[in-house]
Parts: sequence; structure tokens; C-alpha cells
Amino acid sequence: MAAAHASPRVLPGFGLTLGFTIGYLSLIVLIPLAAVFLKTATLSAEQFWAQISAPRAVASYRLTFGASLLAAGINAVFGLVLAWALVRYSFPGKKLVDALVDLPFALPTAVAGISLAAIYAKNGWLGQYLEPFGIQVAFTPLGVLVALVFIGLPFVVRTVQPVLEDLDTEYEEAAASLGASRWQTVTRVVLPAVFPALVTGFALAFARAVGEYGSVIFIAGNLPLVSEITPLIIITKLEQYDYAGATAIASVMLVVSFALLLVINLLQAWAAKAGRREG
Amino acid sequence: MSIRVEGIFKQFGTFTALDDVTLDFPKGELVALLGPSGCGKTTLLRIIAGLETADRGRILFDGADASDRHVRERQVGFVFQHYALFRHMSVFENVAFGLRVKPRARRPSEAEIRRKVMELLDLVQLAWLADRSPAQLSGGQRQRIALARALAVEPQVLLLDEPFGALDAKVRKELRRWLRQLHDDLHITSIFVTHDQEEALELADRVVLMNRGQVEQLGSPREVYAEPASEFVFGFLGSANRIEGEVRNGRLAVPGTDIALPVAADGARQVTAYIRPHELAIARGEGDGIPATVRRVLELGPLARVEFVTSAGQGYEAEIPRSELAGLALQPGEAVRLVPRTLRLFPRDAA
Amino acid sequence: MAGNAASLARKGETRFEHRSATRDPLIVRVLVLTVALGFFAIFLLLPLVVVFAEALRKGFETYWAALVDPDAQSAIRLTLLAAAIAVPLNLVFGVSAAWAIAKYQFRGKAFLTTLIDLPFSVSPVIAGLIYVLVFGAQGWFGPWLRENDIRVIFAVPGIVLATVFVTFPFIARELIPLMEQQGSEEEEAAIVLGASGWQTFWRVTLPNIKWGLLYGVILCNARAMGEFGAVSVVSGHVRGETNTMPLHVEILYNEYQFAAAFAVASLLALLALLTIALKSLVEWRSGRTQSREDAP
Repeated sequence: MAAAHASPRVLPGFGLTLGFTIGYLSLIVLIPLAAVFLKTATLSAEQFWAQISAPRAVASYRLTFGASLLAAGINAVFGLVLAWALVRYSFPGKKLVDALVDLPFALPTAVAGISLAAIYAKNGWLGQYLEPFGIQVAFTPLGVLVALVFIGLPFVVRTVQPVLEDLDTEYEEAAASLGASRWQTVTRVVLPAVFPALVTGFALAFARAVGEYGSVIFIAGNLPLVSEITPLIIITKLEQYDYAGATAIASVMLVVSFALLLVINLLQAWAAKAGRREG
Repeated sequence: MSIRVEGIFKQFGTFTALDDVTLDFPKGELVALLGPSGCGKTTLLRIIAGLETADRGRILFDGADASDRHVRERQVGFVFQHYALFRHMSVFENVAFGLRVKPRARRPSEAEIRRKVMELLDLVQLAWLADRSPAQLSGGQRQRIALARALAVEPQVLLLDEPFGALDAKVRKELRRWLRQLHDDLHITSIFVTHDQEEALELADRVVLMNRGQVEQLGSPREVYAEPASEFVFGFLGSANRIEGEVRNGRLAVPGTDIALPVAADGARQVTAYIRPHELAIARGEGDGIPATVRRVLELGPLARVEFVTSAGQGYEAEIPRSELAGLALQPGEAVRLVPRTLRLFPRDAA
Repeated sequence: MAGNAASLARKGETRFEHRSATRDPLIVRVLVLTVALGFFAIFLLLPLVVVFAEALRKGFETYWAALVDPDAQSAIRLTLLAAAIAVPLNLVFGVSAAWAIAKYQFRGKAFLTTLIDLPFSVSPVIAGLIYVLVFGAQGWFGPWLRENDIRVIFAVPGIVLATVFVTFPFIARELIPLMEQQGSEEEEAAIVLGASGWQTFWRVTLPNIKWGLLYGVILCNARAMGEFGAVSVVSGHVRGETNTMPLHVEILYNEYQFAAAFAVASLLALLALLTIALKSLVEWRSGRTQSREDAP
């Protein structure tokens, strides 16, 4: 991988820095990750299949991926609205709102988890007002959704916001001068320009939500077959010293994560290309 | 110091940037590397500096092989196209950098550094900007600071990559004159890269014309302009009327007519003829020449430019003195004859 | 300064609000703002407020007692220790990776960049699991470690390793695009002027990337101190020994000591706020130097 032009380079340090980079990457990330697949390989195909297709595991996939998808969708809509407000309008406290959008990046997930549980518990800050309507959030799949919306929001806002900012007013002025209504301008000129970024933000939020653990477990209730997420199954199996079982499920999640990483890379390349075309 | 490059060959992937280039740069001369973008001129400059390594070939400084000498030891001054001033350092610190990074044993004292830097800033007439940051300077000022910084290490060779490329037209002209004067004072062997023919012809002692990784012609500005060695050089330097035709019985057959050749030519062959606009005479009435109609008359400056079109749709351009134009009193739409006073023929493959 | 203000006006929302073609009707503006701010208040602001409110619900004395508790103190120390090891390691890695990737051309560069991002797409739980598989009792090095009486899993080294993993890409991914965008011309200029590699790095490269570096360090530190899932897997949850602050919060919460749990959580929330403030400060500083450079 490293071999490049044979010619000596003007700036020194290529061998040193690349060597250290690859060495450190291998030691910390690649070799330990390979352990998952090597461990999984010790299982027979039937054992592996039994582990990953157990009803409890399948229910957890459904919850994890379903809730992640829904949360990313909610974030795509509200994140776009929030980004729009932050870029286009002036209002008091805007700087603060802008800065606090990063809160889910900065706030430890466990803190978010217990706080969301305190808000949505039956007698909680919001839970007490939802209870009379028969809406239970905490300790149900709905709780999982709320936690995943929380942690995913900044991904959408921070991907869409710079694209909206860079969008030259000239495009909209051109559209208006050609007789387009404001609605037509927004839906046919502005939204297509931010669409690649929006999809990328959606994918990032989804990828993050799939692996999320800390903020979810406090509010989920963790009932097997109902509100148990896949990462929790891995932990439960580990606590029972079922390493093979934990690893089998983990390998499924890893494959999904790698696939998502690939998709996100392609999306980002697409968004960058679209951005260049606009510019 | 004199420089010789010998058989330089360089590829980037499958793209051949330099194809067996051999050149001599005599001591104390100011040489221009001129050519369109992608012709390899910047690559050649960077190879001379040691910023790039040739795949084959040698670089000789005063006859000694310097190919394996690291850029640090080559004692070249390099002025980057976008100047590459260190943005976090003041102008003073930028110029002082080369002195400060010398090994302790050879590093001048602080007082000596100060004296030297101020001397250089005086030389480029920007001593009053010593404490500014590069971001606060205009393009022309940055350019001169970059030059002062390069001169601080007392280079044997000065290499400039598109030195005026990022400047606007007016500043460009001023700096050009100033750089020429500086070169006449210092007499450091200098090479600069440019794609601007006017710049190369006006500034350099010698011009190297490059195209597709090869040297097309080498000579004084007058030589390359008056005696272009190839079709490429003729087309690249100055404007020219280009006609495809055929030499037959000492005459040139072009679409629609044939004309007497002002130059000797025998045999019969396919050619491309080049005529400079000022070498095209305008005549009326019957006689030899290319029949054409006047399309537009542009009277700007001492020379007027007249555009013509033939019945075959070929466009021509002539340059004549304003006084002559007044005598002709050309009207758009008028039919005239175009008679080349001289022209240059290049063989064309009958493809 | 004048150029700065002008560029702000050109950049800011006024550009959209002052031109008829880009101005939204009042009703749309009110609607969008209501939805945006309502969503913000419920999903971002409220969780933050609740942490502090719950922490102080039983009064300041309970709050203080929870923080000076020896187990809490030891959790704070361990959290600081893990960050103090993980951040510098990833800092050196980040600078090194960015130098190799941004300053040179080589095959497989894009692939290497993707691999560096890998820890971000791996679930924190799996980040813990992989070290259990390598260093745990049944892991690759398990028997050897037991013979030599070294504990990695359910001990401090495991916590540090998990923390290093989850914060791995932060500084590198900040520096790589920054250094790519700055190019190598200044470094080449320094070398032509006779500077050595180290001189070039310390005098030219480092001053140019300092804000990006700081930015990465701030984010890396926040994640290092706040990591929960990965650390939870390798910690073993021994009070006073292998508990970090987030794990301590979990234990207190599961023991129904809500006020104490929120008290420790409030420290982490303060850290988050500090992180955001520093981050904004760095953005402002680097943004300002940026626009000053662009000015002429």
C-alpha cells in the first residue's frame, strides 16, 4: 500500500510518519477488529446461524435498525428546518442555539441517557403530561427512538448548514427573475442543492444510531424481544461469558457498519461533486 | 553560476512532463521558460531547484553534477507562484527565516541578521513593511518580499515560478521593469517560468520555448520572434494569420485563388503558411493577392487593426499604421486584395 | 476590521433577509422558527437543564456529598488519567497521519483515510469487545497475561485502550483536510531556504495548524472523558478502582441514588458546556485569522 514513487522526497519524514500511522492503526484498530472475525470463524456455520437468528437477536435487529432509520428520518426533517433557521434568519440567542446544537457530540451518552429517562418517565418532566394520553415513552421502543433522535441531530444540522451557507443568493435571484414563486424556488433550486448533504447527514445519523448504547439503555427498559437493542445483547452475552455468541452478533453489526461506512464515503464524494458543480 | 540540464526525462503516471530536455543556462543571464500550461516548464524549474527529481538525466551546476544534491544544499533561491510566505510570521521574520535556520556554527548573530534583513528590505524598497504580516500586503508587495526572502540566503541561482502570474496587469508591468533592473544590479543567474509571451520577450536575455515536454526553440527574444523555428513557435509568439494551402510552381494555392510567393519555394507540397498581421499589405483593384472584404476597422493606438473575410469564410487580420489607414479610407464591406509582404511556410502532412 | 465586518455581512443571514428574492414570507419565518426552536428546546435544551435541576433537587449538601465521596473522587481521577494518556497518544498519531497523508502522494491514500475513520463507525460496545477478545481471560494473550500476572481487562489498561480506540480519529480527521488545504508550498519554501525537517515542522507547519490541532484535542478530550459503552465492557465495574465518571453515574443511578447520579453527571455536563465554549472560541479565533488572511 505504501510503495509510491521511488524518487526521494523533498519533505522528509514520509517513512517515519506513514510507518507510525500504519503501525499504530494496526495495533489499536485493525488487529483487534480482526479478532472479531477470527473468533467468529471458530463457530460452525450452524452455530453461527443459530446465534444470529435467535428470536431475541432478530427482535433486537428490528428495533435497532427500525428505530435508527426512523430517528434519522426525523432528524433529516427537523435538522433541515433548524439549519434553515440558523442560516437564514436572525433571532435572539441564535449564537447560543448554534453552539448548543453540538451538545449531543459533547455530552457523555450516559448523562444524556439518565436525563432523558428523567424527562420521559411516568412521573417525569414531560412524561407526566404524556401519561394521561396513554403515551408511554420511557421503557418502551418509543424511548429508544427519543434517545436516538437526540444523539443524531447534530449530524444532520452540521452537514446541511455549511451547504446552505455556501449557497449563493444569485441562484435564488436567478430563479425569481425567471418568474419562479418562492415555493418553486425553494423546492426546485435550493433543496436539490442541499439534497446530497441532507442524505449524507441522514446516513451519518443512522450509522451513529445503530451502534449507540449509552444514551439508550437508561430509557429503553431493555425488555427482551420488546425494547432490547443489539449492542445490549452483546453485553448481556459477554456478562454470561458467552464470548462466541457475543462475537457472532458483533460480526453482524460490524459488517453492517462497514457497509454503512462505504455508503457514507460514496455519499460524501457525491455531495462534494455536487458542491463543486454548484460552485 | 552556470547551469546545464542534460537529457532530463520526467513522467507523472502515464503523462510525460519532460521528454529528454537538454539546455544550457549561461552565468549571469536572465532566461525565460515560456510555453502553454502543461508544457513542462514548471516541472523543469522544480527539477533544477531540487523540489522534484527527474526520472533520467543530470543537472550540472558550474559543470559539477548536482542531481543528487538535496534542495537544501543547492543554494538556489526559489520564488513560488503564490509566494508561499509564512503566514504566521512578520515580513521581517519571513526574510530572516533562511538565516535563522542555518546550523548554529554558520548562523549569523542577531545584529547581523537584522542588518542583512533590513538591507534586503531596502533593496526591494519595502523596509517600512517589516512588522506587517503577509496578509496585510498587496500582491505586488508579497512578490517583492518573497524575492527578498529568497535572496537572503545568497543564492547562486534565482528561480521564479510564474513570478507575475497572480498580479493584475498594471502591477505586472511595473514589477517586470523592476525585476529586470534588479537582475542588472545583482547579476545572479536567473530562470523564470511564464506563459505570457510579452513578459518573456520583454524581460529575458534568452527565451526557451517549450511545448509538450520538449524544447521548441532557444534564442534571444529577437531571434525567436523574427525566426520562429517551428509552427508552434510562430503560433505561440504574437498573432499570426494561418492559411492552409499548397505550393505549386512557385505560387501558393489557397482556397479560392493562388498568389505569388514572396519567398523562394520549389516543388509541389502541402503547406501551412503563417503571415504576421503587420506583414499583410492591403491593395485595391486588379492584381495578385487574396480577395477579401473588410469586416471591421479598429482604430486603437498608433496601429490600426483591420479584419477581413474571404468568400471561402477564412478570416484575416492586418495591422497598419494609423496614417496609412487614413489614406486608404477603408469601408466595411469593401472588396480589397491582401498581399503578404513576407510569409513563412511549414510543411503539412497531406493527411 | 472594516473588511471583516463587510465579509460578515456578506456571509451572515442578513444577506438572505435583505434581498427580496431570498426573503421568506413572515408566516413561513414564524412557522420555521417555531418548529426549529421548539424542537431545539425539547430535544437539546431540556435534557441539559434537567441534569442540573435533578442534581440540585435534594439541595446543595447532597450534591456536594456526592462529589466528595471517595468512590466519586477515584472515578474522577481515573477519568482524568484515561484522557491524559489517550489524548496525547492520538495527538501524536493525528499529526503523524496528517503529515503522511497531506504532504505526500501514494497509492492507497484514500483507503488509509477511510481506515482511520473506522472507529467512528464501530459501536462502542464492539470497541470494548475487541479488547476482551485480545486480552481477556479466553483471549489471544489471556493465558500469557495470567501467567505474568498482568491485568488488562477489568483493569485500568483496558479502560485506557478502549478510550484510545473510541477517540482514535478525532485529531487526525481534523488535521488531514486542514493540511491538505494548506498544501506544501510553505514547507517547500522553508526547505529551499535551508531548514531541516524538524525546523520546518516546528517553525512553519505547527504554527499553521495550531487551531485545528487545538480543536481536535478539545473534541478528543470530551469523548475520552465521556465514553461509556466501550469502557463499560472492559471495566469490570469495581468501585473505587475501575470506575470512570460515566460508569459511576450508571452505578449510582441503578442503585436509585438519583440525586448523586445527577450530581456526578452534572460535572460531565459542565465539561460538555466547557467543550462547546472552547470549541466556539477556537472557531471564532481561527475564523478570524482566516478572514484576515483573505482580506487583501
